[in-house]
Amino acid sequence: MIGFVGRRLMACAVLVVMIAVVTFLLAFSATGNVARNLLGENATADQLAAKNAELGLDQPLLAQLGSWAGHALRGDLGISWFTNEPVSQAIANRLPVTLSMVVLAVACTALISVCLGVAAAVRGGWLDRSIQVLSVLGFALPNFWVALVLVVFFSVSLGVLPATGYVRLSESPGGWASALVLPVASLVIGSTASAAQQVRGAVIDVLRQDFVRTLRARGLSPRSVLFRHALRNAASPALTVLSLQFIALLGGAVVIEKVFAIPGLGTLTINAALQGDVPVLMGVVVTLVVLVVIVNLAIDVVSGWVNPKVRVR
Amino acid sequence: MTQPVTQPVGVENLPVRRGLLRPVLRNPLAIGALAVLSVIVLASLLAPLIAPHSPTSLRLDQINAGPGDGYLLGGDGAGRDIFSRLLYAGRNTLLGAAIALSVALALGVLSGLLSGYYGGFLDGIFGWGANLLMALPTMIVLLALFQALGSSIYLSMVAFGVMLSPGFYRLVRGQVMAVKHELYVDAARVSGLSDPRIIGRHILLVVRAPVVIQASVVAGIAIVVQSGLEFLGLGDPATPTWGGMLQDAFTNIYTSPIAIWWPGMTIALTVASLVLLGNAIRDVIQRTTSSSTRLPKPQPVVALPPVLDDRESALLRIRNLSVGYPSGAEVVHGVDLDVRRGEVLGLVGESGSGKTQTAFSVLGLLPPGGTLLGSSSIQFDGAELARLPENERRVLRGRRIGYIPQEPMSNLDPCFRVGQQLVEPLRAVAGLSKRAAIAEALSLLERVGIPEPRRTFAAYPHEISGGMAQRVLIAGAVSGKPDLLIADEPTTALDVTVQADVLELLRDLQTEFGMAMLLVTHNFGVVADICDRVAVMQDGRIVETGDVRPLFADPRHPYTKSLLESTLEDSTPRTRLEVNHA
Amino acid sequence: MLEATNVVVEYAGRGWRSKGFKALHEVSFGIRPHETLGLVGESGSGKTTIGRAVLGLVPVSSGSIRFDGRELVGMPRRQRRGLSDDIQVVFQDPYSSLNPSMTVEDILVEPLVARRAGDRTAASQRVRTLLDQVGLPHDAVHRLPREFSGGQRQRIAIARALALRPKLIVCDEPVSALDLSTQARVLDLFISIQEETGVAYLFISHDLAVVRHISHRVAVLHRGGIVEYGDAAKVTERPEHPYTQRLLMAAPIPDPDRQAARRQERRALLASEAVA
Repeated sequence: MIGFVGRRLMACAVLVVMIAVVTFLLAFSATGNVARNLLGENATADQLAAKNAELGLDQPLLAQLGSWAGHALRGDLGISWFTNEPVSQAIANRLPVTLSMVVLAVACTALISVCLGVAAAVRGGWLDRSIQVLSVLGFALPNFWVALVLVVFFSVSLGVLPATGYVRLSESPGGWASALVLPVASLVIGSTASAAQQVRGAVIDVLRQDFVRTLRARGLSPRSVLFRHALRNAASPALTVLSLQFIALLGGAVVIEKVFAIPGLGTLTINAALQGDVPVLMGVVVTLVVLVVIVNLAIDVVSGWVNPKVRVR
Repeated sequence: MTQPVTQPVGVENLPVRRGLLRPVLRNPLAIGALAVLSVIVLASLLAPLIAPHSPTSLRLDQINAGPGDGYLLGGDGAGRDIFSRLLYAGRNTLLGAAIALSVALALGVLSGLLSGYYGGFLDGIFGWGANLLMALPTMIVLLALFQALGSSIYLSMVAFGVMLSPGFYRLVRGQVMAVKHELYVDAARVSGLSDPRIIGRHILLVVRAPVVIQASVVAGIAIVVQSGLEFLGLGDPATPTWGGMLQDAFTNIYTSPIAIWWPGMTIALTVASLVLLGNAIRDVIQRTTSSSTRLPKPQPVVALPPVLDDRESALLRIRNLSVGYPSGAEVVHGVDLDVRRGEVLGLVGESGSGKTQTAFSVLGLLPPGGTLLGSSSIQFDGAELARLPENERRVLRGRRIGYIPQEPMSNLDPCFRVGQQLVEPLRAVAGLSKRAAIAEALSLLERVGIPEPRRTFAAYPHEISGGMAQRVLIAGAVSGKPDLLIADEPTTALDVTVQADVLELLRDLQTEFGMAMLLVTHNFGVVADICDRVAVMQDGRIVETGDVRPLFADPRHPYTKSLLESTLEDSTPRTRLEVNHA
Repeated sequence: MLEATNVVVEYAGRGWRSKGFKALHEVSFGIRPHETLGLVGESGSGKTTIGRAVLGLVPVSSGSIRFDGRELVGMPRRQRRGLSDDIQVVFQDPYSSLNPSMTVEDILVEPLVARRAGDRTAASQRVRTLLDQVGLPHDAVHRLPREFSGGQRQRIAIARALALRPKLIVCDEPVSALDLSTQARVLDLFISIQEETGVAYLFISHDLAVVRHISHRVAVLHRGGIVEYGDAAKVTERPEHPYTQRLLMAAPIPDPDRQAARRQERRALLASEAVA
């Protein structure tokens, strides 16, 4: 098991480095207009050159990469070109907001989709058919549009939930919860639909296996066969689905934050993207990739623990 | 040289190759989805001809106006006609999605084919790339690359296509890996086909359908993500797009909430049609591979007065057993069978004879959909199983009726240690304490001839051999000291020498516990070895029953005769060739 | 005609630390024209590997396989493809050895077209002859493999193997997936084709009775090596090597009394081995 985790850790580290390098090279190759954007249209050539030198943009690309990587390894992701805020600090302020949204959404997705998926697999009938319909709908409705519809309905028409804003959990738990209801709901609708469908498939696959018949022939109750054996076997495909949903939800959160004006990573990223604030973008990408990699690793370890056969492969 | 007049069968005038298109066009869901898609695509393409207004012309009186007054769906925040903009926007949005899809297809399918077929180093490199791309939070990366790619959404869609390609890569690679090990690919190689020909003829054919299904889904994702980017303001404000229109509607959400519906519904309709089309194609494929014939639904069991046993007491007494499936197939027709206490009955037949279905009926574990028909009756020790409720039936399983399956490996749960799988039923069925159950399991493992019971107890199923696994399953079957053991081809998957050992074990256990055994097999050698009586099955009926010796010596039924004649045991070996052809 | 000397096949281990697995240790045998060599062994004995090595589907680590004087080991793939005229194959599983989406005609024409492109009328003529040879009706050509039973599919596979009039057919467990009565008929088809065309077989099976029925000479494989090699009658009825004896004793005879006797014999054999 330790060897398995060690190998995965190595692979993950290499993965993070590769992504960082590629993103850096792409993002920093298009920084020609930054100085002009910062200084305005009237800046002289000398002023532009001085600004470029200040930002280190006069250096060769690889030298820039080297210095950025050197700092990044020490936890210093640079300084925003536009707000002069240290990038690590900007991210640290906003990450909890986005994470609370995404973690809540993943938790709801996991809970609902496992219940629905298992029920559909075991019961069949109308429940099964409605999940099929739901999964098509959940897939076809873009989550930001669902968010808009929720805003129109609950905030504009009914006025029961806030349309915008975010309240810290430490300030007012109630306010925090009501601010997150609509954003999380709009994320969960889409992800649940597809996850439930896949959990259903995984459970059906397991229930068709020979050993299920053998266990029942030994006198085990259908309940214990389902909950002890079938669920455990379906766990590794289901966990993979959830890890993919986590990545998708991180992306989805960006757009949702914009709809609800939530001051999270998404808002930070969108502003940085529109302005061309490359250090901030780099910081966000690296942070999220590390996050994704950690989550994937955790899921692999859990899968390997649940189903020892996975470890062998 | 004269050609025969009868129709010449050339390669070129083969009947229509059984393609995908035709069956798909017979599926109502697929037709509906295709129709909606064609309307949307055509309307977008013909926008300059059918749009009532220019997408950019402004009317101040129509700012955020409701439907009507020349604007079919109302005006947007700048006073432009929403309907016309929807049509024009369709061109841009669909083009963007097409770009992303083509890039993803080209990269993913090609790399998947190469990776799956050649494997090795190439596979490693591509696999790495795919993992790398799959770990990316797509939206964030697209945002980060926005400055580098410029405000053209099409370049972003190229980048997005690259990020979507691992989906195709994994799919195609998986399919190719599966097909590559199919024997027909080996046969083609032996026939002298070159690699490109094998890929083209055998592999692309298999990969085609899943790729089409995946493509419909990916096209949907591309539309949604592209709209998301534009919604965030990362598009070109000069070109109308569905996402851009949603952004405009969002800024005016308090004055004109209705405007969010039109672009949103259009996106939803388009994506839903794509997904439904994909689903329909999948359904069609699954249906053609598993052909089903629809016949009237079978009737379930009707109540019967309990039959009194007048002859010598049979432990298991099957009368008029018929098994049917919802598809209308009846696989067992009125089987009568008796198993006496302590005897071994061999149920022999070829594949499809219904012997396994008969065995599963006794266990009450027919595959999904399987039902006992008509007046089927299964009496076990006087109780009528065919009408027993499931929870009472369950009490019999494991305790009074044991089951040994055919395939040792697939009948052990891969997630649990071997020992746990023995302990669990012992505790549930026999109500033993944990400690007692473990001790009992270990002694059972020793009893079935496993050399190191403790090691096997702690092993996972994939860590033991097939022969060992079958012994474990036998231990599980006899753990409840059942009166009747149902063994479904218990030695078929084993090597001959292992088979002989397992037969010895079964014989010993059977005498030791005094169990009756219903042994399903196709092998007359196994029957001769262990059975007291035989029932021969053909096409769901029992054609002959009798004690082993008379039946082998003097088979009555022509089918039994032909089966016994086909055994090769007594055939004389061919004599050595004298080399005279040289 | 085919001469294999000291053939070793070693599969590379997974990862850099695990050792390779030796599937065959220095195996030698020969096949003459018109002859059937039976290869019998249990799972993991390497019998399938031998067949695949002869077909060029697995790389041979060392040793030599000569066919009509040409060395097959190390032959480049392009050249190797030319040999498909001479060496063909029939696999075990009649379900996966035929491409499910190709018609029987496509399947049978494939080797013809691959080897000598062109002349389609000749090809379709040949397809009909082949169907006659294996006892299938002519209207089979436009049907898909799934419309046929296991035995019929195996006939199609045999017809495909015969298409190029090979000198040697490698038969890898060609009857083990078939029902008893079908098995006997397909075996008889193999024999009558051999008598008609003079093709040689390398016939691989786990079943001693099947091998005895069709082979002139038999080689017994155990753990990657040949333990006994000789005339079919001798090897399959009066074996000398203890492993072959065990194999023979293990196969149950479809006759209760003789089987009871054999069971006793087997017990005695195992007991004597345990003592020794």
